[in-house]
Amino acid sequence: VMASGYSAKEEDGHHSGALGPAGGAAVRSRKPDNTAFKQQRLPAWQPILTAGTVLPAFFIIGLLFIPIGIGLYVTSNNIRELQIDYTGTESSSPCFACSQNYSWNMTTPCVCSVSFSLDQPFESNVFMYYGLSNFYQNHRRYVKSRDDSQLNGNLNSLKEPSKECEPYRTNDGKPIAPCGAIANSLFNDTLALYYNDPNGTETQIQLVKRGIAWWTDKHVKFRNPVGDDSNLTAIFQGTAKPVNWQKPVYELDSDPENNGFINEDLIVWMRTAALPTFRKLYRIIEKNSSTSPTLPRGNYTLKITYNYPVRSFEGRKRMILSTISWMGGKNPFLGIAYITVGSICFFLGVVLLIIHHKYGSRSSSADLTH
Amino acid sequence: MGSQMSLFGLHCLKGKEKEEERRIRANNREYNQLHKYATNAIKTSKYNMFSFLPLNLFEQFQRIANAYFLFLLILQVIPAISSLSWFTTVVPLVLVLAVSAAKDGSDDINRHKSDRQVNNRKVKVLLNGELRTEKWMDVQVGDIIKLENNHFVTADLLLLSSSEPLNLVYIETAELDGETNLKVRQALTITGDMGHNLEMLSAFDGELRCEPPNNRLDRFTGTLMFQGQKFSLDNEKVLLRGCTLRNTEWCFGLVIFAGPETKLMQNSGRTTFKRTSIDRMMNALVLCIFVFLVFMCTVLAIGNSIWEQQQGDFTTFLPRQDGVNAAFSGFLTFWSYVIILNTVVPISLYVSVEIIRLGNSFYIDWDRKMYYARSDTPAVARTTTLNEELGQIKYIFSDKTGTLTQNIMTFNKCSINGKCYGDVFDYSGQRLEMTEETEKVDFSYNPLADPKFSFHDHSLVEAVKLENPEVHAFFRLLALCHTAMAEEKTEGELLYQAQSPDEGALVTAARNFGFVFRSRTPETISIVEMGIQRNYELLTILDFNNVRKRMSVIVRSPEGKLSLYCKGADTVVYERLHPSCSKLMEVTTEHLSEFAGDGLRTLALAYKDLDESYFESWRQRHHEASTALDDREDKLDELYEEIEKNMLLLGATGIEDKLQDGVSHTIEQLSRADIKIWVLTGDKQETAENIGYSCNLLREEMSEVFTVAGTSPEEVRQELRTARIKMKPETGEGNVTIEGEGEILGKKSKLVQDEAVNGEYGLVINGHSLAYALDKTMELELLRTACMCKTVICCRVTPLQKAQVVELVKKYKRAVTLAIGDGANDVSMIKAAHIGVGISGQEGMQAVLSSDYSFAQFRYLQRLLLVHGRWSYLRMCKFLCYFFYKNFTFTFVHFWYAFFCGFSAQTVYDEWFITLYNLVYTALPVLGMSLFDQDVNDRWSFQYPQLYVPGQLNMYFSKTIFAKCVLHSGYSSLVVFFIPYAAMYNTVRDNGKDVADYQSFALLAQTCLLIAVCIQLGLDMAYWTAVNQFFVWGSLAVYFAITFAIYSNGIFLIFTSSFPFIGVARNTLNQANVWLTILLTTILCVLPVVAYRFLLMQLRPTINDKVRFKVRQTKASPPPPPRRARIRRTSSRRSGYAFSHAQGYGDLVTSRRFLRRAPVSRSTAFSPTARSPGKFLPTGRSAGYSPTGRQSNLRQDETSLQMYRAVKDPQI
Repeated sequence: VMASGYSAKEEDGHHSGALGPAGGAAVRSRKPDNTAFKQQRLPAWQPILTAGTVLPAFFIIGLLFIPIGIGLYVTSNNIRELQIDYTGTESSSPCFACSQNYSWNMTTPCVCSVSFSLDQPFESNVFMYYGLSNFYQNHRRYVKSRDDSQLNGNLNSLKEPSKECEPYRTNDGKPIAPCGAIANSLFNDTLALYYNDPNGTETQIQLVKRGIAWWTDKHVKFRNPVGDDSNLTAIFQGTAKPVNWQKPVYELDSDPENNGFINEDLIVWMRTAALPTFRKLYRIIEKNSSTSPTLPRGNYTLKITYNYPVRSFEGRKRMILSTISWMGGKNPFLGIAYITVGSICFFLGVVLLIIHHKYGSRSSSADLTH
Repeated sequence: MGSQMSLFGLHCLKGKEKEEERRIRANNREYNQLHKYATNAIKTSKYNMFSFLPLNLFEQFQRIANAYFLFLLILQVIPAISSLSWFTTVVPLVLVLAVSAAKDGSDDINRHKSDRQVNNRKVKVLLNGELRTEKWMDVQVGDIIKLENNHFVTADLLLLSSSEPLNLVYIETAELDGETNLKVRQALTITGDMGHNLEMLSAFDGELRCEPPNNRLDRFTGTLMFQGQKFSLDNEKVLLRGCTLRNTEWCFGLVIFAGPETKLMQNSGRTTFKRTSIDRMMNALVLCIFVFLVFMCTVLAIGNSIWEQQQGDFTTFLPRQDGVNAAFSGFLTFWSYVIILNTVVPISLYVSVEIIRLGNSFYIDWDRKMYYARSDTPAVARTTTLNEELGQIKYIFSDKTGTLTQNIMTFNKCSINGKCYGDVFDYSGQRLEMTEETEKVDFSYNPLADPKFSFHDHSLVEAVKLENPEVHAFFRLLALCHTAMAEEKTEGELLYQAQSPDEGALVTAARNFGFVFRSRTPETISIVEMGIQRNYELLTILDFNNVRKRMSVIVRSPEGKLSLYCKGADTVVYERLHPSCSKLMEVTTEHLSEFAGDGLRTLALAYKDLDESYFESWRQRHHEASTALDDREDKLDELYEEIEKNMLLLGATGIEDKLQDGVSHTIEQLSRADIKIWVLTGDKQETAENIGYSCNLLREEMSEVFTVAGTSPEEVRQELRTARIKMKPETGEGNVTIEGEGEILGKKSKLVQDEAVNGEYGLVINGHSLAYALDKTMELELLRTACMCKTVICCRVTPLQKAQVVELVKKYKRAVTLAIGDGANDVSMIKAAHIGVGISGQEGMQAVLSSDYSFAQFRYLQRLLLVHGRWSYLRMCKFLCYFFYKNFTFTFVHFWYAFFCGFSAQTVYDEWFITLYNLVYTALPVLGMSLFDQDVNDRWSFQYPQLYVPGQLNMYFSKTIFAKCVLHSGYSSLVVFFIPYAAMYNTVRDNGKDVADYQSFALLAQTCLLIAVCIQLGLDMAYWTAVNQFFVWGSLAVYFAITFAIYSNGIFLIFTSSFPFIGVARNTLNQANVWLTILLTTILCVLPVVAYRFLLMQLRPTINDKVRFKVRQTKASPPPPPRRARIRRTSSRRSGYAFSHAQGYGDLVTSRRFLRRAPVSRSTAFSPTARSPGKFLPTGRSAGYSPTGRQSNLRQDETSLQMYRAVKDPQI
């Protein structure tokens, strides 16, 4: 609670009512109005940084932040997370060969498998991410290289994409759908996860590909164009596929609810990352029964259809398996920061208290002279 | 603006070579038009209907900021560079230009109005043999015009003829030089003979040759060729524009200088565009910021080049545009970042500054405590751009008459024959304070009494009624020994014309007590003594002059008794008293000291009866001496000395030069605020000194008061140097050392540092010496000496000298100056100073019209400075600090982000946030702070004038403060960027979906930023009114409302491409870790500031902190200031008989010659620059000594100021 005081309303000494021309016939006086606003006498709260307010504030913040920080830290630590870098730049890596022989539009996909084991089971829903590093999705020219109207199903924009999409606006005179550098660079590795039973059999783990995008993106921001024909292929007639894509947009998925512009992989990719190192939700592994863990302890194999070239700009590709908590994914920073700030506050409080006891008298008004 | 004016000025100069000599032929327009002299139209306005838009825009774009934003706008439309949409710049720019244009336009309309009013005044012009009424602006050089009584003089005229005998006219020059007494001008006889004969006047074909237009009010040289004869012309034959014709039915004049070439206009100086020091510093800072901006952009551009080089292969996903290589990309990025980082110099800064100043000006207009009820005059802030400068005043230059004083003299006390009259005592013998209610003496027994005269001590009337002979002699002396004139229009209604208000006051006092001076002829004086008319024969007037400091008359009473009556400075009179009155002298001395202690001007009165035969012989010698050809003055002085001996003391008088209310208290308050006050007055030295004492400027406790009155440059230099060495011996004989200091923009200016001296000193310098001292070679000497003194009084200075003094201080001191005055003679000074204040409702309006602030009473100055000025300064500084803080923080985040986005000029925030941040989200809270903030209220401000000092020292906003501000925002921006960065790194929402995407990050960063700067504002604000609360919370609420609105489905579906942030607010702001991040960021931004400020308050509390603590402790209004006991001084007396005359008028009163004689050069030799004092007729301003003051200050009362015509001797 800050020290406060409401400045008392002063008398002006003049009462306009008493002095003013009573008859009203007299000439209007040019005397200014006696209002608190005009006379700058508005009642006000005048806080001062006194020891009585500052020191308790420091202690309270300290005492508040440390428990929050501990809570956050513990929560973050309880999250299971596994990262597998499959870029394949090192010769020992299973994906080394794939990464070396890269070219867009490869006819035969290069597949590599990475084995790993989980020491501890992942209990609840597991989220599978792909992570990219040194990938500048936040570059200005990259960020603006899209046409939201087109993605929203606007037929005009479908045929006549925005200039922002250059140089991925048209191909061979046909408008590209979806246009722009973002869409063009859609992440196209395919990840599959297999559980190696101790008995030697390999079971593919069910990956859910719906429900990975924001609801608003899926239902408001991205919409397939609607034409006379309900067939997507017909609607996208006369457009070209993005240069780097192998399939046109209307063949992304067989599920009509996940095809075209509302394909969730596309939507997730189109939500550009803030930083050059980022992860994007790829699939969800849903917990099946309440008794067994989603991913039990054991050995797994990750099979990658290696399409996406990052080697040229020293990018990295990762696959991440993670559980989540109420505060999202694993990130110990907030917890540590809260604990640190809380401690500093407490410490500062003590230091200031000492200083106040030693020198506090200086601010007294005793030496004020009239 | 200024450059615009000078452009035109230059043009004019080029068009016409400099005028060497003016040649005019009367009544010959064709000939005169050949010379292209200016006509009488004046123009102070700048625009007309058509030139307004282009000129105003041109002017506005001369402001570096506006031009800069135009440049930015051009950058933004280049697609390769454009990093922000065009609307982020256009909206604010148009707003700014519109507001400024509206303001300039309304200002100019006012100027047009006043020009039109002056230009359309009517005057009669003699054209083609008849008088036609023409507008002033149609009057041309060479025209003959007719002026009538109480008319303003239209242009500078050569007086041709007048209605008065001997071709005299009477003029009041108050508007020009501030002197209130009437002056006389006389036409040449040859032109005067034309009289009112229109035929002769229109046939008049004299050719005039004279000096070119100049600003010297006291000098005119020219010749008139007429009828083959050559007549020399001087200042005495010229009527200047700005004067008013008085007591003269009509006169004819030939226009010499018209309109802008008149001496008045030449003297009014150039209109300079005043800017505050904060303005100048802001400009300097803006330049620094530009440099800084270029630096940041260069760093980022280089970064971009390197990035493009190293990450060149990212082109797989993001191909470069055609022909763009790494280096060129860096170049483009430079400009892109110029656009993005432009918010370090936000355009709204200038708009906000203007609004704040306007608001604070309104507070001045609205202040009831600066409203003067008697003349119904509120204070007016005529300029709305200088407010914060009011909080930094270091030097005040004040006029005296009408500013410090009311120019009213009252007869307050007297000592007669050892008895002191004038005080009123209560029953216990305690002296009572005089108030309005104190019972006044009833003078009804005297039908001739002046009803406006008031006196409180009844005992004096009783003494008169009891026919106490000394008392009678005392008043008889006052009624006889003077040079005033009386006019009696109707029976019993007397009007006195005295050369000074003091003398008027004395004669009026005598009149009321029953010794009524009724009329005089050169040989006689008629007085009514207690109802009986008596005629005294006036034999000789032993006139006053500066050396004698006394005047005497020798009269023969109706009974035939010869007496000499003398009044004069007490020291002078005492030396000439008969030893027999030594006892009386002692008592009177005591009284004199008491009078002086009360701040009264004192005079001693003495008389002596003369022996008939002695007087005859003396008179003979006097006659010889006065006709002697050489050494006349000395011989006369000797004779005067001889006869003014062995006089008998009658008593002494004490006259009060009424100060305005509260002047000395105001001066004391201001000096406690460490403001130096210099008085610059056209008055005489003695008068000025006297006022200096009575209003506490000069004090008896002062170690010494130096007087500089040298008559040669060497003398003046020596006097200044002596004074300086006395104050500070170690400064030695050496020349003035100057601490040179670099100034902004390479403009070197020398600065003289303040020097500390022991003790308090005062300096009095007269105009004559000042003329030498203001010379280039000596000005530093003058300044240095003057600045060591606590008080400086310059007397007998011309308007231009006033301005020069101000300029001198402005030039060598880094200090803010304020000039305050009421008359036209103060205009140049008011314009020269940083701030000009006009006292309204006094003499004319010129001072007010050229001032920046005006109010009715000097005492309001303390409120203007200590309250309004201080608050304005405080608010402006807080505003600037905070404004720079919030924008730097905002901008620096982009800088940090550059390192994570490939230096691609990607913004951190949503474009809409960038547009609205300054305009909407943070505009009102900061405006609220800068309009309402106050550290302590006005009463405490008065209680502790020391609170004013930080302003003078520029302590609230300086380069250091600015640097701190930059560091602070550097820190805050790091926090605002890196905390969200770290918190969002590789994390996801609580349902596993994206939260580290660009749009969510933008929202998080901008929310953190906004909340952090809002809380910072809360910390800065010392005065939280409801409005402030509303603004702060309202802005935050508006932010969230707008954010949710523009991120909503609806607006996205309507304007799909403009609002791509759909759903971000909903999806991000429901995350616990987002809010935890916001909390952490805010706390981290604010905590160090709180700790730092708290530490400062503990270890090095400022005066503000202390006073605020005190306010907190007392929790109430300050105790009422202790009732100040009247300060009584006990030592040296100051004679009042110096008053306003340079030279007595004795010979004028007794002789008729004076009217025919060309003015003697005696007094013009007095000073090369001083004005010639009114030499002729003693005609003061009658209102000058009315004890109740001027009845009204309103202009319509002009007739009451009207003077009766100077004495008309029937024999003439």
